[in-house]
Amino acid sequence: MFNQAMMELLWEGTVDTLYMTLASTFFAYVFGMMMALVLVVTRSNGLRPQPVVFRVLDILVNLTRSVPFLILMIAVIPFTRWLVGTTIGNNATVVPLVIAAAPFVARLIEQSLLEVDRGVIEAAQSMGASTWQILYKVYIPEAMPSLINGSAIAATTILGYSAMSGAVGGGGLGKLAIMYGYNRYQTEMMFATVVLLIVIVQLLQSLGDWATHRSDKRGS
Amino acid sequence: MDTRGGSADPAAGPAQDCMTDRIHERAREAEPPIIEIRGLGKKFHTGKTEVYALRDINLSIARGEIYGIIGRSGAGKSTLVRCINMLEPPTEGKVFFEGQDVGSLSKAQLNIVRRSMGMIFQQFNLLMQRTALDNVCFPLELAGMSRDKARARSMEMLELVGLAARAKSYPAQLSGGQKQRVAIARALAPSPKALLCDEATSALDPETTDSILALLRSINREMGITAVVITHEMDVIEKLCHKVAIISKGVIAETGPVNQVFFHPKSEIARRLVVPEALHPDKMTVPCLYRLIFDGQSSYEPVLANLVLACGQPVNVMYASTRDLGGKAFGQMVLQLPEDPAARRKILDYAAENLIYIEEYRREGAKEDSRV
Repeated sequence: MFNQAMMELLWEGTVDTLYMTLASTFFAYVFGMMMALVLVVTRSNGLRPQPVVFRVLDILVNLTRSVPFLILMIAVIPFTRWLVGTTIGNNATVVPLVIAAAPFVARLIEQSLLEVDRGVIEAAQSMGASTWQILYKVYIPEAMPSLINGSAIAATTILGYSAMSGAVGGGGLGKLAIMYGYNRYQTEMMFATVVLLIVIVQLLQSLGDWATHRSDKRGS
Repeated sequence: MDTRGGSADPAAGPAQDCMTDRIHERAREAEPPIIEIRGLGKKFHTGKTEVYALRDINLSIARGEIYGIIGRSGAGKSTLVRCINMLEPPTEGKVFFEGQDVGSLSKAQLNIVRRSMGMIFQQFNLLMQRTALDNVCFPLELAGMSRDKARARSMEMLELVGLAARAKSYPAQLSGGQKQRVAIARALAPSPKALLCDEATSALDPETTDSILALLRSINREMGITAVVITHEMDVIEKLCHKVAIISKGVIAETGPVNQVFFHPKSEIARRLVVPEALHPDKMTVPCLYRLIFDGQSSYEPVLANLVLACGQPVNVMYASTRDLGGKAFGQMVLQLPEDPAARRKILDYAAENLIYIEEYRREGAKEDSRV
């Protein structure tokens, strides 16, 4: 049923999908973390309330999150071309993926950070911790299990987005499914990509769960 | 109506009668207070209405003293202690720490002053993802101490609180009392001059409470650290504090040495704290109630039996309790004396002659019993 060529295609697709997912997750975390820290610090009961900054960023995050990914991907084509020189292929897909995922990741991180006990923050303040020290010595380490758990959720969501990108020039398993499965009626190819995507999601989620559990010192 | 005179007056000195404490007492009075609160107020805005959590608070806390602040929940005591280290900046008045106006400091200066005021909390507030040892290291890390030095100092602190063996445990593996010990070690690690305790024993069972109180007491004695103790339990004040301020509805109702407030509660709220709720004069319908107080000495004598035998008059014991007040047995009873004025006079005269402190037990503002 599967010949050598198809196997090669599937293997390549899997590698491309993983590359796009992991690279996008990484950059989405870099930008998302920055946004989340600003949101947590500037909120009304935060360490340094800045209502205007908070409102602007809050609305910006919501706006980006409400644009469907497929449309966002097309909308940012000029930006993508300027940044990576092309609009097709893996690297070109990473750009809209990061733009779409960063606000989502920011919300995930914000939620994780807000779960940190207020009392612990207060204790750190009573010991003379600066805002920056509270962020990197209290908020982030205390929220670590929840942050890891969130990253698994983020990675699986980004994986879904990356498959979607196959429709407008993206690579990976999404492209295979659309090119072979949809356009050429090769049902077994469609079936194979779906199975591979399920396996990747399962692996990512299991890895996330394992790392979350391992990092958490509360239950032991 | 104080029937005792001279040095026998239980209100004359602090709860402790040993020499060292008297010396400390004198030294304390000579020095300027370590913490001084002047005209402090805290206003909260809820929508358009303003609510005063604290109003015109004046307190001065001497170096080396354990100062209790007691009140019911919502009285403003937690807000008050947070005003001392500016976790809640007051809206009015000033707080001085070692003569320095804490409210006027920059953020960086305030963080340095905060290191000389350790704080412990009802919910311990330990970092859950750090071991006990790393929790104690935390304030030292903040202050920029090297890792090796911080670890050595933290181990010392854990030994002091008796938890050196649990250094590698995470908070989730420790009991409530052990968590509070770690929190105390953490608060003491940067060698603070004062310790702010916000309901530090309220989440603990009575036995653990006693052990934590004993620890705080020994820290105060051996290291000379001033402590501000916030609590809603009179028990904590009795066992731990030298002085007490009673706070009610955001204002200080009464302050003084613990035993003075016990023997002569001036305010209604203090009276309510000294005797249980069920025995409030306004809830007791029976007439002729008196409060009899005896200190360590007289508690070994059959005071009441002697009184009854000498006067030939029956008395009814409505309430009796013995407490350990600063290491001294202190008892109080609420008695119902005969309604006949002559018989009552006889008992009161006997009490006066024998230096037994007895006072009429009635509601604030109620008319004094004119029949006596």
